[in-house]
Amino acid sequence: MDIFQPEAIGVQLERTPERQRDGRTWFLWTLRSTAPLWAVVLALLVGAVVLEVAGVDPLRAYGAMLDGAIGSWAAVGLTLQKSVPLILAGLGVAFAFRCTLFNIGAEGQLHIGALLGTVIALYVPGLPSWLHIPLCLLGGFVGGAIWGGLPGYLRAKRGLSEIIMTILLNYVAFWFTSFLVHGPIQEPAGYYPQTEPVPESAALPIFWGAGRLHIGFLIALVIAALVHVILFRTSLGFQIRAVGHNPRVAQHAGISPVRNMVIAMLISGGLAGMAGIVEILGVQRRMSDFFSPGYGYDAIAVALLGNANPLGVVISAIFFGALRAGSNMMQRSVAVPAAVAGFIQGITVLFVVIAGAIPQIHVRWRSRKERNG
Amino acid sequence: MDSVFTFLANLFSVDFWAAAVRFATPLLFAALGEIFSERAGVLNIGLEGMMLSGAFGGMLGAYYFGSPWVGLVVAMISGGVVALVHALISVTIRGDQVVSGAAINIAVQGLTTFLVRTVFGVGQRPTVAGFEKWSVPLLSDIPVVGVIFFQHIPLVYIGYLLIPLSWFLLFHTTWGLKIRAVGEHPLAADTVGIQVAGWRYGMTVLCGVLAGMGGAFLSLGQLNMFLENMTAGRGFIALAAVIFGRWNPATVALAVALFGAADASTLRLQALNVQIPYQIVLMLPYLLTFLAFVGLVGRTVPPTALGQPYRKSER
Repeated sequence: MDIFQPEAIGVQLERTPERQRDGRTWFLWTLRSTAPLWAVVLALLVGAVVLEVAGVDPLRAYGAMLDGAIGSWAAVGLTLQKSVPLILAGLGVAFAFRCTLFNIGAEGQLHIGALLGTVIALYVPGLPSWLHIPLCLLGGFVGGAIWGGLPGYLRAKRGLSEIIMTILLNYVAFWFTSFLVHGPIQEPAGYYPQTEPVPESAALPIFWGAGRLHIGFLIALVIAALVHVILFRTSLGFQIRAVGHNPRVAQHAGISPVRNMVIAMLISGGLAGMAGIVEILGVQRRMSDFFSPGYGYDAIAVALLGNANPLGVVISAIFFGALRAGSNMMQRSVAVPAAVAGFIQGITVLFVVIAGAIPQIHVRWRSRKERNG
Repeated sequence: MDSVFTFLANLFSVDFWAAAVRFATPLLFAALGEIFSERAGVLNIGLEGMMLSGAFGGMLGAYYFGSPWVGLVVAMISGGVVALVHALISVTIRGDQVVSGAAINIAVQGLTTFLVRTVFGVGQRPTVAGFEKWSVPLLSDIPVVGVIFFQHIPLVYIGYLLIPLSWFLLFHTTWGLKIRAVGEHPLAADTVGIQVAGWRYGMTVLCGVLAGMGGAFLSLGQLNMFLENMTAGRGFIALAAVIFGRWNPATVALAVALFGAADASTLRLQALNVQIPYQIVLMLPYLLTFLAFVGLVGRTVPPTALGQPYRKSER
């Protein structure tokens, strides 16, 4: 379970080089601290092999991908735009990780958050922007929090698997939203399964014209800082991490596992819900049933690559945003299916898991050395 | 109101239950696989991905060799190979099993979608040779029961046979005892000379092979083609069924039948043109599984060492 408690590994490893400055320890320490980078490089290599086998020139494909990700200001803007829902939902998944809860339900929470926020945007008219936008964001948070809190409560109270519950709720949320945009909240014209555009007062303004980047990006960065503060500078964050580390010990110390698990899932779901509404208000400007290309699932990879650490989440979200923007461009310009990006993402996480096990391999090596010498 | 009565009447029809059996079969294969894997202590969240790779491999095999049986073998290999990756990470590298499984799901979905689009072109879905229906002699002539259980494709019958076989293997053979020992108390198992790592590898790969068969049922037993992400969460429903049936093949088979019936009822709803939006109809299997999971599963006792890597002689 060490991937859930990166700080525990960090502490152990950062001290080791001082005590034992042999080459192999230092090598392993460096390897471990740069692990996400290696995971990405190796995953891109595996992706290149798959492209080659499928008869696609990897250099041509990756060239087009790079061009679409950072080739121009517009591309950079698109990369950052795609990273916004990934940052927020990634923070959500990471938050639950800190309590050793596996929230695979970010996709569903994102849908319900987008739904509730859109309803507020559309049906609470006549508000000034400074009030309307925060109200919609709050709606998004609450929607996601309900969808995450319910399985969180059942997990904490009754020990049911949050993994299975959240994944089933993803499908329920998706079809429920789809039903609503096909009927009850569909645009009056009724041609497409989508709502009316959100009013100007609820739309997130664009602050960087060249990249067409909306202020949701700045909101996401502020929320990341906030999550960092909550996790590492407040007693709530400490309690949540303590429960994540060992619920029984936490309970002996007077920290309620049930209460903290529920709070962790409420916040986790709420952040994913915000990802949904920010995407609607900033990019889509209206709700439809296929507005998310799987941001909620990508968020799992984002949280893992980012080591469940807010800064790490921001960086890995931007990387996956680049992968998404780039692969779409690759599909358009050199006709290589963008789905290969999903494969690269999954492989990246597998390499992160392998890297997470390095400290154990290290311990094994050291104990063997001590025995022999 | 009329349509409601028609629907209820349909729930008691022979066709409905025959459809339930068809829907339950892919879940059954995957769930039986997961029982073996979890009994040996390896949690396999990647079940969905292994089913999907089986569905893809099955289609590919049938496409190139023109035979669903070759397709089935390719599906089993595909599922097994993906499971081998999971075993490598879970057993040898001792990485986190939940994360590994989740990553496998993401990777397989991306890979199969990419490959099917690259090999056949976007939007192209070749129809392949699927399994033909084969009625079991004598048994299929029994009224009601015959139609429900014995007029299906051969994979369904393989599924039937696997239920008692798995049950017998797990609870009445030395192998079963070893598998359960490895999942309950690996240290004790190791002490008496049972190969913990070996059994865990074996059971994880077996799980992948069975999940692959479940996937092949989807691409070779129903539509005779591969659709992107065609498993659509069935791997997770199978995971729920394993907990629901408490890691016992007999009760898990019942759970799977229940979920199959839920699936079949939605098909009935659609066919009957009942005034329910199709999105709600498509939502029902997941909602019903969730409600069943929440409402009927009490405190369960999973294998003690489930999800925990085993370290041989660390001291």
